Amino acid sequence: MSSEDKIVLIDEKGRRIDGRGPEDLRPIRMEIDVLKNADGSAYVEQGGTKVIAAVYGPREVHPRHLAFPDRAAIRCRYHMAPFSTSERKSPAPSRREIELSKVIREALESVVFTQLYPRTVIDIFIEVLQADGGTRCAGLTAASLALADAGIPIRDLIAAVAVGKIDGVLVLDINETEDEHCEADMPMAMAPSFNEIVLLQLNGVLSPEETSKAIELGKKGIMKIYELQKETLKKKYELSTRRSQVVT
Amino acid sequence: MLIPKIKKKSILSMLERDLRLDGRSPNQYRDISVHVGVIEKAEGSALAKIGNTVALVGIKVGVGTPFPDLPDQGVLAVNAEFVPLAFPTFEPGPPDENAVELARIIDRSLRELDVVDLKKMTIIPGEKVYIIWLDIYVLDHDGNLTDACMLASMAALLNTKVPKAEADDRGFIKLNKDEATPLPVNRRVVIVSIGKVGGKLIVDPNLEEEQVLEAKLSISIGDNGVVAGMQKTGLSSFTQEEVEKAVEIALNKSKELFTVIDEALKKPSSLWEALRNNG
Repeated sequence: MSSEDKIVLIDEKGRRIDGRGPEDLRPIRMEIDVLKNADGSAYVEQGGTKVIAAVYGPREVHPRHLAFPDRAAIRCRYHMAPFSTSERKSPAPSRREIELSKVIREALESVVFTQLYPRTVIDIFIEVLQADGGTRCAGLTAASLALADAGIPIRDLIAAVAVGKIDGVLVLDINETEDEHCEADMPMAMAPSFNEIVLLQLNGVLSPEETSKAIELGKKGIMKIYELQKETLKKKYELSTRRSQVVT
Repeated sequence: MLIPKIKKKSILSMLERDLRLDGRSPNQYRDISVHVGVIEKAEGSALAKIGNTVALVGIKVGVGTPFPDLPDQGVLAVNAEFVPLAFPTFEPGPPDENAVELARIIDRSLRELDVVDLKKMTIIPGEKVYIIWLDIYVLDHDGNLTDACMLASMAALLNTKVPKAEADDRGFIKLNKDEATPLPVNRRVVIVSIGKVGGKLIVDPNLEEEQVLEAKLSISIGDNGVVAGMQKTGLSSFTQEEVEKAVEIALNKSKELFTVIDEALKKPSSLWEALRNNG
C-alpha cells in the first residue's frame, strides 16, 4: 500500500473498520481449566486475539534467595508465540515482552493474598497464540481467571481492555489495525469490585478531558468483561459441585 | 518428578500380563485427535493431542536468502519451544537439550523424505527464496512429545497456504496473502515411539511410563512405508531383534496416524474447539 491512500478507520456513520460502534467490545469468550498439568489455566479469545494463561504454585522457590520470608513471590512471563504475529516473531523475549511481563505482574500482585504463602512462588505464564491487538489486556483477563482456577485466594478478578483514539474519537477495545494507525492507545486493567485501576499505560497523546473520558469508557468495557469472567467461573464450578453431589 | 518404586513395580507386573496402568494394550495408542487451521493468522497450523499431551504447531512463511550451497531451494526451519505452561519443570529460556533434540528429530524426518518440495520454493533463484518457519509449541506434557509434535507438524504443513510473492516497483518482494496456494508437499511422515520396559515393548509411553522406561526408540515412517529416521533415547539398550520388532510395530501403527491426519484435514477447526474441556 502506498502512503497516499489512508485507511478509513471510522466511516461517516461512525462504524469502525470491523463494523463496531465506538463503544463496542469485540466478540469475547473465555474458558478455564484448559490444561491438565497447570494448577490453574484459562483461555481467552477477544476478536482475533487468542491468549492462554497458566498458573503453577504456590510452590518451592528456585533459586532460594528469591523467596520472601513474609509473603509469596510472584513471577510472571508474558510471551508471544513465534506464529502469533503477521511476521514471524523470534521466540527470544523482546524488550516489549519483558516490560509487559513486569506491569502485568504488578497488576496481578495487587489482588493476590501473597502473605498467605510465605517463602513460596506463584508462577504465572501467559502465551499469546494469536495477536490482534489488546494482547496484554486479554493476557491479564486470562491470568486472573487462571489464578482463580488454581484456587489461589485473590481479592478480586482483574479485567482489562485497551481504549484508543481514532480520528479524534475515543473507541473501546482497539484491534491490531486500529492500534497501528491510532492517535492514542491506552491499555487499562482494574480490580472492578474495588474500583481500583491496577494497570494503566498510554501510548500517544490525549487532552486532560479525553483522559478522563477514556478511563470512563475503559471502565464500561471492563465491567462487561468482569461479568463474563464471573459467569465463566460459575459455570465450571457450579456444575462440578452439582456433579459431586450426585456422586456422594 | 520421581515415580514411586511401588508404581514401577505395578507397571512391570502388569506388563507381564500385557496390561498397562491406563488400561491399554502394549501396542495401543492413547486417544489421538488433530485440529487444523487453529491459528488463522499463521499460514498453516495444527493442534495435536495424544492422551493429555498437547502440541501446537504454527507455520509462518517469509522471504529470505537461500543457503549458499543450495541456491535453488527454499529454507525450512524447525524450532521447538517447551513453554513453561506445559509442565512444572519446563523453565523460561532458550530451548534446552530435549527441545533441540525433538526439533532436530522432526527436522530430519521432514528433510530425508523431501516432505516439503523446497525446490519449488524459490522466488528469484540464487537470491530470494521462501523461508518456512515451523514452530512447535508444547502446551501440555503427558509423555511421548515426539509423536504428538510430529503429528501436529505434518498436519500443519498440509494445512499451509503459501502467499504469492510479488515484486513492487522498487524491486522489494512482498507476500500477497490473498493469492495463496497450498504448500507443495511430496509425501507424509509420522513418528511412532516405542518404549522398552522390563524387556517388553510398548507403543506411545505416557509420562509415568516414560519415567520407568529403560530406553525408547522413535521411528519415523514415511507414507511409502520406509523408515525415514530413528532416535534411540534413554540409558539402556535395544537388541537387534528388539529394533526389528519395533520397526514392524511402527510400520503397522503409522497407518493409524496417517488416517488421523487425513480425517483432520477434511474439516478446519478452531483453538476454542480444541482446548475446551481439555483440562
